[in-house]
Amino acid sequence: MSQTSSNSRAQWLIRLGDGALILGHRLSEWSSRAPTLEEDIALSNLALDLIGQTRALYTRACEIEGGTRDENTLAYRRAEHEFRNPLLVEQPNGNFADTMARHLIYSAFALPFYEKLRESNDAEVAGIAARSAREMAYHVRHASEWIIRLGDGTPESHAKAQAAFDELWSYAPELFEADALDSEMAACGFGVDPSTLRGAFDATLGPVLREATLKRPRDSFGLRGGRVGVHSEHIGHLLAQMQHLQRAYPDARW
Amino acid sequence: MTLPLSSMADRRARAWRAAATVTDPEVPILTIADLGILHDVELDETGAVRVTILPTYSGCPAMGVISLGVETELAAAGFDKVSVKLTNAPAWSTDLMSEEGREKLRAYGIAPPGKGAGKRALFSTPEVGCPRCGSSQTERIAEFGSTACKALWRCTACREPFEYFKCI
Repeated sequence: MSQTSSNSRAQWLIRLGDGALILGHRLSEWSSRAPTLEEDIALSNLALDLIGQTRALYTRACEIEGGTRDENTLAYRRAEHEFRNPLLVEQPNGNFADTMARHLIYSAFALPFYEKLRESNDAEVAGIAARSAREMAYHVRHASEWIIRLGDGTPESHAKAQAAFDELWSYAPELFEADALDSEMAACGFGVDPSTLRGAFDATLGPVLREATLKRPRDSFGLRGGRVGVHSEHIGHLLAQMQHLQRAYPDARW
Repeated sequence: MTLPLSSMADRRARAWRAAATVTDPEVPILTIADLGILHDVELDETGAVRVTILPTYSGCPAMGVISLGVETELAAAGFDKVSVKLTNAPAWSTDLMSEEGREKLRAYGIAPPGKGAGKRALFSTPEVGCPRCGSSQTERIAEFGSTACKALWRCTACREPFEYFKCI
C-alpha cells in the first residue's frame, strides 16, 4: 500500500504536522534533563503543544483522506523518507543554546504561518491554526528570553549562542521555500505560501538578536531536502526511538 | 419512534444540563460549561444525543476524560444513545470562559486568564492580580506550570506563590 496521500490537502497538512511532531519529540528528549526544574517543565510543555498540534493536523488530514489511516499510523508507521519535515527540526538538541536557537528559528516561522493559516477556507484547519498561533507566541517568547540571556550573558554563553545560530542558519531557508504543493494550497485558499513569511520572521528575529548582542549570520547557502523526504542521518535515530514500541508491538494500547 | 417537538426541546435542555455538570479533571472546580468547552448539544428524532466539545490547549490530555465524563453523565440522566464530537471550528480560547467560571477560579486560588486572548503584544507581560490578597504587586516565576493551562506567579505583597490560568 502506498503511504503517500493521494489527496493534496491531506498531504500538505501531514507535512505541516511532521515538522511539529519531530520538533516536539526532540524537545521531549530534554524531559528530566533540563538545567532547572522550571525549564524542564517549560520544555515538556512546549513539546506537548507541538505534539498536540500534530495530532489535530494529522486527524484533520485523515478525515479529508477518508481512508483507514489515523494519527497513529502517520506517526508510528512511516519510514524516514515518508516524513516531510524541514531538516531544521530533526537536528539534535546539542547544548541548551543549540536547542533554543533551533526553537527560535522554528517558532518565529511558525507564528506568522499559523496566523496566516487562520484564513484557511477549511474551518477545522482555521480553528487549529488560531489556537496554534496563540500557543506559538509563548514559544517565541520563551526562546527569545533565553537567547537574550545567553547572548548577553557570559563570554562562554555568548560564544555558544553565536555558534548555535551560525550552525543552524543554513537550515532556515528551507522553511520558506514554496514548492508546487504549497503554491497549489495557497492558491485554492486552503493553505499558506511560506515564501511570503520571511519578512515577518526577520522582523521577529532581528530585535532579539540585537538585544542578545549576537550577529545575524550571513545568508549563504541553504541546506534542504526534508520537505521532499531526503533527510539528514539524525531522523533515523529519532524515529527508531519514537516508533520502537509500535514497531515491536503493533497496535499496542494501554 | 418519533418524539413530539415539545418533548424534544425539553430533552435537549435536560441533556445540556447533564453535560454541563462535567468538570475538568485538572481544575475540578470548573465545569466544561464554565470553561466554554461545551459547545453544542443536538438531539435527533430517534432520541440520540450528540454533544460537541471544543478542545482547549493543544497539549492538554484532558479531552479523553472529558468525553468519557459527558457519556457517563448523560447515561446517568437516562440518555442511552450518546456520541461526543470534538471540533476546532470555532477555536477554543480562554475568552470563552464565563464570568462565573473566572470567579470560581479566583476563589480556588488560581488567577483567571485576562481577556483579549491573542491581542497581547508578543514581548509584553500581563498584569495579574494576586488571587489571595488582591494585590497587583505580582511577578512571573515561569510561563509554564504544572499543566498546559497554568503559569507560575508570586505575589510580592503577601509573598504567596500562585498559579495563573494561561491566556490563549
